[in-house]
Amino acid sequence: MRTWVRRGGLSTLVFLLPLLVIFGVFSWLPIVRAAVMSVQQTNLVTAPKFVGLENFQSVLADPLFWTAVRNTGVFALIALVFGYPIPLVVAVLMGEVRRFRGLLSAIAYLPVVVPPVVAVLMWKFFYDARPDGVFNTILGWVGLGPYRWLQSATTAMPSLVLEATWAAAGGTVIIYLAALIGVPAELYDAADVDGASIWQKIWHVTLPQLRGVLLVTLILQIIGTSQVFLEPFLFTGGGPANSTLTVLLLIYNYAFGSSLGGDYGAATALSLMLAVFLAALSAVYFWLTRSWSTS
Amino acid sequence: MSTPTSIRPVVPAGPQPVAVEPAPRQPARWSVRRARRRADDQPPRGIVSDAERRTPSVRVALQLIHATLLALLLVIGLGPILWLVKASISTTQDTLRSPMALFPSGVDWANLATAWTRVHIDLHFANSMIIASGSWLVQLIVATTGGYALSILRPRYGPVLYWLVLSTLFVPAVVLLVPLYLTVLDPPLLGVSLINTFWAVWLPAGANAFNVLLTKRFFDNLPREIFDAARIDGAGPYRIFWSVLLPMSRPILGVVSVFAFIAAWKDFLWPLLVLPNPDVQPLSVRLPTLARSTELDVLLAALMISALIPMVLFLVFQRTFLRSAGLSGALKG
Repeated sequence: MRTWVRRGGLSTLVFLLPLLVIFGVFSWLPIVRAAVMSVQQTNLVTAPKFVGLENFQSVLADPLFWTAVRNTGVFALIALVFGYPIPLVVAVLMGEVRRFRGLLSAIAYLPVVVPPVVAVLMWKFFYDARPDGVFNTILGWVGLGPYRWLQSATTAMPSLVLEATWAAAGGTVIIYLAALIGVPAELYDAADVDGASIWQKIWHVTLPQLRGVLLVTLILQIIGTSQVFLEPFLFTGGGPANSTLTVLLLIYNYAFGSSLGGDYGAATALSLMLAVFLAALSAVYFWLTRSWSTS
Repeated sequence: MSTPTSIRPVVPAGPQPVAVEPAPRQPARWSVRRARRRADDQPPRGIVSDAERRTPSVRVALQLIHATLLALLLVIGLGPILWLVKASISTTQDTLRSPMALFPSGVDWANLATAWTRVHIDLHFANSMIIASGSWLVQLIVATTGGYALSILRPRYGPVLYWLVLSTLFVPAVVLLVPLYLTVLDPPLLGVSLINTFWAVWLPAGANAFNVLLTKRFFDNLPREIFDAARIDGAGPYRIFWSVLLPMSRPILGVVSVFAFIAAWKDFLWPLLVLPNPDVQPLSVRLPTLARSTELDVLLAALMISALIPMVLFLVFQRTFLRSAGLSGALKG
């Protein structure tokens, strides 16, 4: 014990204290608690009761569960269609700009800095369904619309995705730009010597070199979109007719949506199911970035 | 007499590699600073070669593409923000009837003052500041002390602990929502609920494995001779932490600070759950409630004020922001 103190064991522990306390109470303990709660009935009044897999069964039997899973999948899919190719094209074009590149990337990144709540409330006004709404006015100039945007079950989800893409695309552009700078100039020199055209250089040099980053952003985007909450919560509250109810919104509704007291068991059970899916994706992400930085 | 602080000039002049992710593939003989400037502003070359740039057709096409790109970025990226600035000083009537017109009935500066005082944006603004600063401080303390212990002091149980910290990266925040809420409602050993106190936001913010990962990797890359020399000169672990390690860690502290402050400013769901009392709510939580009860012009003014601070921070610390974003961003999962 004495030698342990003299070798600095005690001061090491002092330095680790903040980490141990904070992670212990606010990370490790809740993780364990989540696993325990998913097989319990918890209502904060009576002592928790073991119920086995009942919480999972009740979630799976809830018709809203499948609605939420489908909606989240649709959100993720449309987000991929909008949000995956556009930043890549913008970044590749931006990579060829010689002047004002800093200015361009700053403008592209600016929407990312706008607080999400502000962006959503602002866009909610843009989506005003009256002919005098912002988007309907603009589309009216070219003879389109007026559209009902958030008020129709068919256009509500794409409207949510559009805002989410606006808010996030700049971050992806910056990631791609950083990766483009890492493409070795010799590869382009070699392609020039071989007489490759600009398109051939993009197709045979740039894109293969970006393969790793493209995969990482794909996974990051799926991880992000499967946890979408803010947009449906603030734009539509899950409506109209549950057409924008997402998994995270359902978890929120289970636990905090009812004034009668939450169904914490169902909420944690559903969280765990989502977590297993996301953890698998994060594991792939982590493994990929790791093999990158060591290579 | 040689004190630990006199060692500092030994530190390489250029900034330490912020580098977490892929190491820059630049020739080593350049100084880091020069390499970075060159990488940011003027890459060695891109897809289009100099010879191709000289052909007229390519040159015209490139210029056309650049003009279109700039125009699109301005309209799509900057447009909505500029519209918000315009609407925040327009009358409700103007904004509702002709949202795209420029001040048909004059500029209404009073919106900003009304939003600031009557709707108490000042209070929520202060709350946002307090929450963001506190979260920032807690994250910085946990990340630097933890990173120091794990990277430099290296206790025998270090690897296990580091693995435990990293493993929380794989646990998405969603899972913690309910159990963390119940923990804050009734924290162990404390006996007092943290609901409606800023601690409920500050403390959980510290449990951020990504910060620990960033700082530990950065500390791992610092030359160990400096710490050995300081130790030989008689500096204890506390002195080394304060006078040697922290001054050398400015780049990584900048990155962590930017992440921490912005994340706290943006956060919505967690403060919504643990701060039900409007008097302690930050802007992000308060604004949706205001949206239902406030006149439109005042609401838009409030939105503009809320967006201002992060945008100003971004414009001032652009370099740090964009470099952090290039590090493939915060791991959200």
